[in-house]
Amino acid sequence: MDNTRRKFLKIAGAAALAGMSAPAIVKLTSHTAFASEDAGHATPAHGEAGAHGEPVSTGVRLGMVIDMRVFAVQPMLLDQAIAACNKVHNIPHFTDRKNEIKWIWKAPYANVFPEQETLHKSEMAKTKPFAVLCNHCDNPSCVRVCPTKATFVQPENGIVGMDFHRCIGCRFCMAACPYGARSFNWQDPRPFITNYNPDFPTRMRGVVEKCNFCGERLALGLEPACVEACKGTGAMVFGDLNDPASEIRGVLDKEFTIQRNPAAGTRPSVYYIV
Amino acid sequence: MIEKVLKGKSTYWMWLAVLGTCIAIGAACYVRQYMFGLGLTGMSRDVSWGLYISQFTFLVGVAAGGLMLVLPYYVHDYKAFGRITILGEFLAISALIMCLMFIMADLGQPLRGLNVVFFPTPGSMLFWDMCVLWGYLILNCLCGWVILTAERKQVHPPKWIYIFVYISIPFAVSIHTVTAMLYCGLPGRHFWLSAIIAPRFLASAFAAGPSLIVLACLVLRKFANFDAGKEAIQKLTTIIMYAVIINTFFFLLEFFVGYYSGMPGHIHSLEYLFFGLEHDGHVYNNLVPFMWTATAFSFTGLGILAYMKIAKVFDYRLVGVASALIFLSLWADKGLGFVFGGFVPNPLNEVTEYIPTANELGITLGIWATGFFILTLLYKIAVGVEHEIEA
Repeated sequence: MDNTRRKFLKIAGAAALAGMSAPAIVKLTSHTAFASEDAGHATPAHGEAGAHGEPVSTGVRLGMVIDMRVFAVQPMLLDQAIAACNKVHNIPHFTDRKNEIKWIWKAPYANVFPEQETLHKSEMAKTKPFAVLCNHCDNPSCVRVCPTKATFVQPENGIVGMDFHRCIGCRFCMAACPYGARSFNWQDPRPFITNYNPDFPTRMRGVVEKCNFCGERLALGLEPACVEACKGTGAMVFGDLNDPASEIRGVLDKEFTIQRNPAAGTRPSVYYIV
Repeated sequence: MIEKVLKGKSTYWMWLAVLGTCIAIGAACYVRQYMFGLGLTGMSRDVSWGLYISQFTFLVGVAAGGLMLVLPYYVHDYKAFGRITILGEFLAISALIMCLMFIMADLGQPLRGLNVVFFPTPGSMLFWDMCVLWGYLILNCLCGWVILTAERKQVHPPKWIYIFVYISIPFAVSIHTVTAMLYCGLPGRHFWLSAIIAPRFLASAFAAGPSLIVLACLVLRKFANFDAGKEAIQKLTTIIMYAVIINTFFFLLEFFVGYYSGMPGHIHSLEYLFFGLEHDGHVYNNLVPFMWTATAFSFTGLGILAYMKIAKVFDYRLVGVASALIFLSLWADKGLGFVFGGFVPNPLNEVTEYIPTANELGITLGIWATGFFILTLLYKIAVGVEHEIEA
């Protein structure tokens, strides 16, 4: 990993961790770190047909590009990425559909993009499993409905985070998420964790959870676990969507991408190359 | 006044004993759920709200339905409702207590419930729902009690109480509007994402609440020697008829929008509720019998009430049957179909059906019994005061 990228992840992650646990640290890792960048960021693309003055976030906004062309030719890769996430985040393994906890998982194109479903699909769209995870939306409906601010957008990096200790388990966010990205602990998940990772908290029953874009790993200067599992393949590109010089923006400028249910107005941060 | 609950005939005590048994069953089931978690329910990742939230939604309507007595009596000075307006207010109290109990039963972390107060979030409709539900509960307790006390002393109620009575009128509308907003502001759920949800909720509430009050009046007439008066009952059935017709009209508009536009998202839930939704070669239809039974009940009830109006006959048994049919049909519409249907299909176009577990049914039964227990005690007081005045 080159030096500037590592530094970026570290800063973004430290801010992420600060936002989650100790408000006092926020001041120390203050936004001044991003102040100079902010000026460069605030260049929303005006004049795009179809846009009607929707606000565009400024500052760091982490996002991901999932290149299905790579996953299509390397069938094991997505499984590895999912396994890496499950291991890192102490995700319990339930065999029944009712109790499932899923942060990143596989689903057919027709289920991932029901709004873009067509009769005659490419071979890849018909047969290959797609990666599904939280979209870390810029305008998240889950955050809007939460009655306790237990789920929130971290201003430092745009990650939609969860406070497992504040969540009351009303599941309003699950009803509000247009992507089905959230899971609920219907029972104590701890007996169902196969490989316990002491570096990440396990959850208790009665709270909602979902992908956190590996905020805890970013704080250590590491990439998200799934991205790391795909290292070198280009299957998953992670970075700052608001930084025109970032790798992810390079990919987005070059490739045609689609997003899940953009009509929901949530402005997702995950893009797909199909 | 409260001492009136301690004296009663044996039927009164037997009724309380039956309800008490149901409450005990519910409490035992809740202890099990509290120890294990909501995994004891039939809810799942895909159908993440079940019977608790659907009962809550329906009962908010029952509470708001009391407005159909308060409004004619206090705003239009419709004297025939004088004796039964208190029944509407007391019904609202017990329905709201059930609502709050259902919400608590549904929380994954009930002990953290106060987080809604500690971290108030005005952007969340659930926060506002808590505010208006508690507000309406307090208003009804206050108005009901003060007015009943005045009645007992055979004096006019104090002038200041009318401020609260008039505030309670928009509050009744607000509780059901805000409850509708819990659903109709969610971007990914087509069945709920409809501007007509709040009006539909209110229409069905103004039928469900009064039909339960009519049933209560018939019970009180038979067992408690309390006659609401023929005129009041007839007026209530007129209100119920209009409200049911409007509710049905609104619901049919949903059908038109879905099937005429042909947009899959607007059709799927209706298809699932009324005809069964085909998915991967399997037809999912576990709510179809309920929805058609509800439809039949609704039209039969409406037919009976219309017959009585047209033929100018009045029969307490017919009124009772019609009110019961309409109440049950509205319960199936909002207390089952509306919430469960909204989760099918899920955002990934997958279908998971919801079937409540026995434990969940036990808790639901227990909360309903608690509500009726409270309602019985409140009505005992109201009727006792009436009898005291007459004596």
